[in-house]
Amino acid sequence: MSNDRASRHLPIIISLIIGLALTMLPLPRALDIIRPDWLALIIIFWALSAPRSYGVGIAFLVGIVLDVSQGTLLGQHALGLTVIAYITARFHLQMRVFPLLQLTAFVFALNALYRFLLFWVNGVAGISAPAVSYWGPVLSCLVIWPLLFTFMSGIRYRAQTRG
Amino acid sequence: MVASRSSSSSHARIPALGLRTLALMFLCITLMFLDHRDNHLDAARNAVSAAVYPLRVIVDAPVRLWHWAGETTQSRSDLRIENDRLRAENLLTQARLQRLNALAAENARLRAMLDAREQFEYRVRVAEIMAVDANPFRHSLVIDVGIGDDVYDGQAIVDAEGVVGQVIRTGPMTSEAILISDPGHALPVEVNRNGLRTIAYGTGEFGRLDLPGLANNADIEVGDLLVTSGLGGAFPSGYPVATVTTVNRIPQQPFADVSATPIVALDQVREVMLVWSSARRSERNATTAGTDDE
Repeated sequence: MSNDRASRHLPIIISLIIGLALTMLPLPRALDIIRPDWLALIIIFWALSAPRSYGVGIAFLVGIVLDVSQGTLLGQHALGLTVIAYITARFHLQMRVFPLLQLTAFVFALNALYRFLLFWVNGVAGISAPAVSYWGPVLSCLVIWPLLFTFMSGIRYRAQTRG
Repeated sequence: MVASRSSSSSHARIPALGLRTLALMFLCITLMFLDHRDNHLDAARNAVSAAVYPLRVIVDAPVRLWHWAGETTQSRSDLRIENDRLRAENLLTQARLQRLNALAAENARLRAMLDAREQFEYRVRVAEIMAVDANPFRHSLVIDVGIGDDVYDGQAIVDAEGVVGQVIRTGPMTSEAILISDPGHALPVEVNRNGLRTIAYGTGEFGRLDLPGLANNADIEVGDLLVTSGLGGAFPSGYPVATVTTVNRIPQQPFADVSATPIVALDQVREVMLVWSSARRSERNATTAGTDDE
């Protein structure tokens, strides 16, 4: 029973670990400024496809891990991820019928909100304002999200039909 | 009931979603508040940091492998050229070092004559950079030494050429450090030529530090070398920091617009050195002896 439950949660655990690895991977600076917020996108994906199992709680936990690994204020990424997971879970039915283009636009807005929340917390905490390229990851999500979404829903569909 | 719990259910409402979100947001804000005010949460942070450590090592592995592959596949002639270069460099350094010993002795003698305080000896240790922060606007990095290696908050980090940054948070096996180019970093420096003291602020660009506190008539020129003045307490004095690149004196403004370029290529460092000053160590040992219960 517990083995069955563990294997049910395996996809999200693997995707989150890969996401964290991609977040921590050292990159040259030119690529670094457009590195997408992998974990935010992965959290959106799971809150969209299985909002009952993986919602705000997992977003919060991932956010805490992200805060520690990035050395930001404890709770900063957690707040951003919780909020976007809430919005995704709240509107997941509407989002599911969106065509991919519209969905990407919506995710773009969510990602911008996420970055804004981080930015806002920095402002309140008195950490100085970053440059324009701070918003680079929001732009790159426009390219990454359709690929990530297609890839991950493909895998999920296959796993479900086989199981 | 069971059917409505499955993830593919068509019910729009998820029970208590809003409530849970509010509770978690409140928790986040409390955490941020506690973390920002004091360092109450260091224990929790260390625990999560230790849990993430294996992943950090795995992520770092390809980069290390790349470096290792580069080293092992270097051609024999390249190695010989490098060897020759290093030999020549070593000879030069040795020659300088001979003079240094004599100078150090002379300096000590002169200081004794002037009744000045002895300068502290500094201990150094090499550390490797494990990761750079994904956020390019907080110029921070993770190094592979932690509390176990006696690292402390505020410890200076240098490289063979000059100052790199300082430790801001120590973990069990890794520590975080910020670079001198971090927008939140300020470093007390002096102009090597004439001892003019000022503060160099990070700008968020790797290649530029700002020196906003210099009067329009200050004696500073393009090309001046800035070294640490040792006044902040964190950095030992005399390490090279940056060279002045622009000096703009605007007549009606009280302060000159001065910026400098760090000597170390901050976005390319791979190995750094941690510096312990003996004064700091004895002070720290005294405080830990007082508070340590173990």
